[in-house]
Amino acid sequence: MTTTSITVRDVTWGVRGRTILDGVSFDCPTGTVTGLLGPNGSGKTSLLHLMAGLRRPTGGTVHVAGQDVHRMPARSRARRISLLEQHASTGLPLTARQVVELGRIPHRGRWPARRDEGAKEIAGAMRLSEVSHLADRSWQTLSGGERQRVQLARALAQRPEVLMLDEPTNHLDLSHQLDLLAAVRDLDLTVVAALHDLDLAAAFCDHLVVLREGHVVADGAPADVLTPRLVDEVYGVEATVGPHAHSGRLHVVWHDRRVR
Amino acid sequence: MLLAAKPARRRAAGGLAVGAGLSIVLVLTVVLAVGIGSVHVSGADVVDVVLRRFGLDVDDVTVIDDRIVWQLRMPRVVGAAATGAGLALAGAVLQSLTRNDLADPYLLGISGGATVGAVSVIVLGVGVAGLGGTAALGAGAFGGALAALVLVLGLATGRSGDLPPARTVLAGVAIGQICAAYTSFVVIMSGDHDAARRVLAWTMGSLAGLRWHSATVLVVVALVALVAILACAADLDAFAFGDASASSLGVSIRKVRWLLMVGTALLTACLVAYTGAIGFVGLVVPHVVRLVCGPLHRRLLPLSALTGAILMIWADTAARSIVEGQEIPIGVVTAVLGAPVFAYLLRRESRSR
Repeated sequence: MTTTSITVRDVTWGVRGRTILDGVSFDCPTGTVTGLLGPNGSGKTSLLHLMAGLRRPTGGTVHVAGQDVHRMPARSRARRISLLEQHASTGLPLTARQVVELGRIPHRGRWPARRDEGAKEIAGAMRLSEVSHLADRSWQTLSGGERQRVQLARALAQRPEVLMLDEPTNHLDLSHQLDLLAAVRDLDLTVVAALHDLDLAAAFCDHLVVLREGHVVADGAPADVLTPRLVDEVYGVEATVGPHAHSGRLHVVWHDRRVR
Repeated sequence: MLLAAKPARRRAAGGLAVGAGLSIVLVLTVVLAVGIGSVHVSGADVVDVVLRRFGLDVDDVTVIDDRIVWQLRMPRVVGAAATGAGLALAGAVLQSLTRNDLADPYLLGISGGATVGAVSVIVLGVGVAGLGGTAALGAGAFGGALAALVLVLGLATGRSGDLPPARTVLAGVAIGQICAAYTSFVVIMSGDHDAARRVLAWTMGSLAGLRWHSATVLVVVALVALVAILACAADLDAFAFGDASASSLGVSIRKVRWLLMVGTALLTACLVAYTGAIGFVGLVVPHVVRLVCGPLHRRLLPLSALTGAILMIWADTAARSIVEGQEIPIGVVTAVLGAPVFAYLLRRESRSR
């Protein structure tokens, strides 16, 4: 039996009269990975921020496990939904472990009872995103990929039911891209990830939602969504989509006049 | 980072040790500073006077020692500690909220507004509800600071009620410039040399006017601020990666920013009303503490308050005792004492990276 974890209904949002998202609706079943696809500027990041409750839509609703995200108190919302941002930066000399500890803020009281509160969750999250060895390194000395994994550990330390990832494979090499996506797929969480790589989306997502200019243009299983017609319509790129000769996985091969 | 290589647990213990060390230094500083002055009082005599005042049976305390220690110097030293602690706290909070290294307690037009109020009292002789002298000056400065704060907030607040840090900083600069222009205009046009000198002295700050009642107010204000701001320590940590990140960690960013901006502005306005605008402490102390103990607020806030208190006591002691028979403006001393320490720490950090 599949239950619905996230319900997005008629979500509309704009800034200064410009519509960014227009009547977006879809569902994410519990425990699945939903990929958000679409070209730059199609509204993926805006949609993730709205779904995570950081912004209020001008119209429509987002429900997580039956509760309206925009009516939850901020702290209880942060205990259920965590967000991995596309660009996280700070000028402060925090250590990697201190960054991960930020994830425990929504669980802590104003006056923490014990210094090592949440130590187990923090260690677990760091192990899962393979950053335990970076614990005492300063954030400023970490590479782009290490920072991304430390931020993932922070998001996991929040112990959410729903994990929102905004281009999580940014800055990661191929092996770490696969590690990260496999790790979040194997978690018992509902995951929504904005992705650019169609092959990775096909390989790791149970469900794809494709945005173009703020509208949902396709919504369904990867094999149904990823068609040559859709790739052409959404990205303007000619492509063949089919099972790979060796792996049998769905594979997108593009042909384009820009490449000779 | 100076201590980046240390394991996290040792650093946590390090924070406690530094806190305990600074507390001892603060107590010693109070005892020593009270003894320094035109009449020297030994540390043992200072302790005797204080113990007798707290009801302990101590012999051989002279009336003169009691008067010098308890009536004249102690309120000034205690008030200096509270002022330094308050300014350092306000600076730490505003630097974190705006993510701006140059933020100081006077960010929201407080010093400019306070100077306008003070100048109006000094030069134009604007009376404040029958208050005379110092009290009128303090009330004028407090009123001016609040007026400037309201203007800055009015300029910076967006249509959605948000308070974006970048716009807040710029609004503070704009109001500060208008206030400076008014101050210069009034002082120059008045043609009163004595008034001009008093205005200049006021803008550099002085703790000479502190008595027990004002020192008590300052201590209460600083302690209330410390507890209130410490309650927001985790919220301030959450701002490390910006607004979106803070919000996703469950911080109501609009509410926290309004509360803390207005709260620290009121704290600063109270301090300014008693002491004038003393620069440097609020800007530099949080940086120094961050360099040594890291940026997490549960450690940064109390350690900044302690360091600010110690620095301000020594700065004020120097201000009243270096040149015999004359007070040096304390703003001059805080800069002369603080700048080299800051420069040294910056060099050390740049070498360790």
